[in-house]
Amino acid sequence: MQAAERQAATVAKTDPIILRVEGAYKYFPVGGLGGLSVRAVDGVDLEIRRGETMGLVGESGCGKSTLARLITALLPVTGGKITFEGQTISTLRGRSLRRIRRKIQMIFQDPFASLDPRMTVGDIIAEPLDNFNIGNHKQRMARVQELLRLVGLNPNFTNRYPHEFSGGQRQRIGIARALAVNPSFIVCDEAVSALDVSIQAQIINLLQDLQREFHLTYLFIAHDLAVVRHLSDRIAVMYLGKVVETADRRSIYEAPQHPYTRALLSSIPVPDPGIERNRAPITLKGEIPSPVNPPSGCRFHPRCPIARAPGICSDQEPPLEPHGHAGQLAACHFAGQI
Amino acid sequence: MALPAATIEQLGQWEVPEQQIGLWSDALQRFRRNRLAIAGAAVVLLLVLIAFGSPLLVQLHLIADPLKQHVEFIEAAPGQNGYAFGADELGRDTLSRLLFGSRVSLAVGIFVQAIILPIGLAIGLTAGYFGGRIDNLLMRFTDIWYAFPDLLFVLVVVSVFGPSLLTIFGAIALVNWVGLARLVRGQVLSIKEKEFIEAARSSGSAPAKLILKHLLPNSLGPIIVTLTFGIPQAIFLEAVLSFLGVGIQPPTPTWGQMVFDGYENIYANPTSVVFPALAIGFTLLAFSFVGDGLRDALDPRMKR
Amino acid sequence: MAQTLLQVEDLHTQFFTRRGVVRAVDGVSLHIDAGETLGVVGESGCGKTMTALSVLRLVPDPGRITSGRILFRGRDVTKMTDDEIRDFRGNDVAMIFQDPMTSLNPVTKIGSQIEEAMTAHKRFSPQEAGVRGIQLLKRVRVPAAERRVSDYPHQFSGGMRQRAMIAMGLANEPSLLIADEPTTALDVTVQAQIIDLLKQLNRELGTAMMLITHNMALVASLCERVVVMYAGRVVEEGPVERIFKSPQHPYTWSLLRSVPRVDELRKDRLVSIKGLPPDLSNAPPGCKFHPRCPFVIDRCKREEPELAEVAPNQVARCWVLMRNVPEEAAEVTKQVVISEEAAKKLQEIPGAGS
Repeated sequence: MQAAERQAATVAKTDPIILRVEGAYKYFPVGGLGGLSVRAVDGVDLEIRRGETMGLVGESGCGKSTLARLITALLPVTGGKITFEGQTISTLRGRSLRRIRRKIQMIFQDPFASLDPRMTVGDIIAEPLDNFNIGNHKQRMARVQELLRLVGLNPNFTNRYPHEFSGGQRQRIGIARALAVNPSFIVCDEAVSALDVSIQAQIINLLQDLQREFHLTYLFIAHDLAVVRHLSDRIAVMYLGKVVETADRRSIYEAPQHPYTRALLSSIPVPDPGIERNRAPITLKGEIPSPVNPPSGCRFHPRCPIARAPGICSDQEPPLEPHGHAGQLAACHFAGQI
Repeated sequence: MALPAATIEQLGQWEVPEQQIGLWSDALQRFRRNRLAIAGAAVVLLLVLIAFGSPLLVQLHLIADPLKQHVEFIEAAPGQNGYAFGADELGRDTLSRLLFGSRVSLAVGIFVQAIILPIGLAIGLTAGYFGGRIDNLLMRFTDIWYAFPDLLFVLVVVSVFGPSLLTIFGAIALVNWVGLARLVRGQVLSIKEKEFIEAARSSGSAPAKLILKHLLPNSLGPIIVTLTFGIPQAIFLEAVLSFLGVGIQPPTPTWGQMVFDGYENIYANPTSVVFPALAIGFTLLAFSFVGDGLRDALDPRMKR
Repeated sequence: MAQTLLQVEDLHTQFFTRRGVVRAVDGVSLHIDAGETLGVVGESGCGKTMTALSVLRLVPDPGRITSGRILFRGRDVTKMTDDEIRDFRGNDVAMIFQDPMTSLNPVTKIGSQIEEAMTAHKRFSPQEAGVRGIQLLKRVRVPAAERRVSDYPHQFSGGMRQRAMIAMGLANEPSLLIADEPTTALDVTVQAQIIDLLKQLNRELGTAMMLITHNMALVASLCERVVVMYAGRVVEEGPVERIFKSPQHPYTWSLLRSVPRVDELRKDRLVSIKGLPPDLSNAPPGCKFHPRCPFVIDRCKREEPELAEVAPNQVARCWVLMRNVPEEAAEVTKQVVISEEAAKKLQEIPGAGS
């Protein structure tokens, strides 16, 4: 098993980069005087290789959902560049933008809000097929039925409405819709967070099966590091609009380089009373600052247990640089020393 | 994977949703349970029947001709000389005029909504969907329009263009579209933020499709409710115009006109005011009940 | 031995809807000793929240407690008068909810809301209440408590609001605190702070705690004993060490294996429980879990098992029990979700390239 994993890692390294985010910014003006804005995504670089699952974790307000919407071009970037299969997609508009959507699909968080309540399941899943003029009506309906079967739903449900289904079933419908046009890249934005635990496992397993079957590339976004670690090959940790650490799934847990990653890992309880008795979580001071006016220097310094402030941490912003294991990047002045 | 593959059939077994009720038939069921709304709907239906049937009744000699004057029966009391509801100051049958009056009222109610609908939809959808500067422009325009005093505006339009059916319908519609436009804009703004719109966009749907297939069907409920409530408003405004003498011109019988005619002799012959006033009242009430019923039935926050 | 604080006996809470009777709580018995921490776990709709609301007689319409006894220090809560129950809530048992924003009044200052909780019970004079309000906020570690008592809820962050809610819950020194998913709406690092706080409060004040959650890890971290609920019933109960190490009910067993652990890297699949929880107005015959259970035998479909002792202090409601299931059989639960023919058919998009 270890050998297989090592092999997988080398394959991953040689796989071509399918998506590249370079210095992406997204500011939302908050209105009022002074021209303040929410710096939701504040200079993010990210590379995703074909066939891998990239995990993206962070707490609320870290900008992970905004980043997802920049990558799927649902929101225009304020600055920076996003390229998909070598094509710059962050500048596309109108028809050419819609064309790229055939390759990049998204699975949403809320299984209740992400399906149009006035459309039948068949129409919902067929919508992307219809948009790209794929097949005639009969072929589309046949494909919808295949898709339903694929995600574990009864293919005769095509003329039912979403409200007749449970959360997990609706999420399957959302997955079927995302798969309809055979995309190569799927962004899952908190795709399992709204589901009950037993249903969550069903969907996680389904996503894994689909990836293996269709050679999909995933960007899997969640606040739950345990789920992300289970599904991803590599993981990026975001804090206040920036990526603070990137590492493969093994190194992130065994050798986290950024103090925020450490705190995050230590905060997650484990279903084992024996371990829990002796677990000493690194409790962070306070809460996440406002992204309207982020702290100077390293954004994490007011909460960081090892920060030198006033000092280098409050004065200089640390760059995202290689630290620790091969391929691991961290943005901390003291990354090598902890 | 050499695992005993659990087939889809197995998974499917317990995943069968029990019932299949469309959103619309579900709303219909809820509407049916509302007694007041059903009573209102019955009255509305009766009105429609009367509006279409009254000329036939005259032909069959079941009621008198509403325009025919009988000098000898001027101001006849109800029940007198075969006038079940009496006769007016020109000796015309009040019952017959009441029945014929429903034609104008219903026509006003419905045609006005037919004019309001496209205006309200166009402005509301455009403002809500595109937002930003377009929204600002359209909404300020709407605000200015809204600031005009309704009655004054209608009076001016009618006195300039003459009190024809078309001018009256048009004038009433022009003062009433603002509410619908604002409602549609509000609906679109809130639905636009829903994840299913993002999902449709990321599926490659073009703006026209987003508007027609997602935004419009999802705001249909409140639109229907607003239009239903708009009907009594328009009927009332027309009655006011007729009462003021600038509505549909005599001798066409309208309820507002009848109140105005009877008003001068209110002490001598109160019934000639009371009957048309009651007709207006019941009609307004009936439409309001139907509107209330529809609002409750189409409420998107379904209690299940 | 510690004294029993709360004893729930054969509690039934039902909702009378147009579509039939929903048996939300269907014969639940449980107890909490003074100073103890009990976890009640299960998925949404299993009846865990309704059990808690029944204890406070706060079941929303159209539901009501149809039978059973709820004894708090020997007094039956179901037989209390309205005055007595008002006195009981807050004074003896307090509850904190998942969403602190909707449980706080947005137009009243935090301090006033805490004081209100105290003066309502007349245990403290208004002057005392004012002083205690600040003390309580300090106790739940709200920084600059003196200043922040006069803040409004919207000026508090999510974590601070939950702290304020806990302060309100503790205002009248109740002997039992019921916490319904107290950390679910919070971020991971903030969640850790709140868990830490609840642990300390339990230790320092000796307040017994009933933690209602879907998160097994939270129970492992906070509780001494755990009750697992499914479809309105208790399916397993015991000390956390035993339940986590050797769960005997297949539902508990699956629940523990369906969630990935951050400290493990597994190459294999998660255990997924097939299907959906049953409709509580029309539950299956026999064991309520049998349609979803991977280890089902014929008897499960006909007869419902009773809660039976399976180890010291551990009871489970199952005919099979996990200790009788061989390792290989347990592999069934890692079922493949997609069928391979379906996948093959989908490789080709009809009419693509046109």
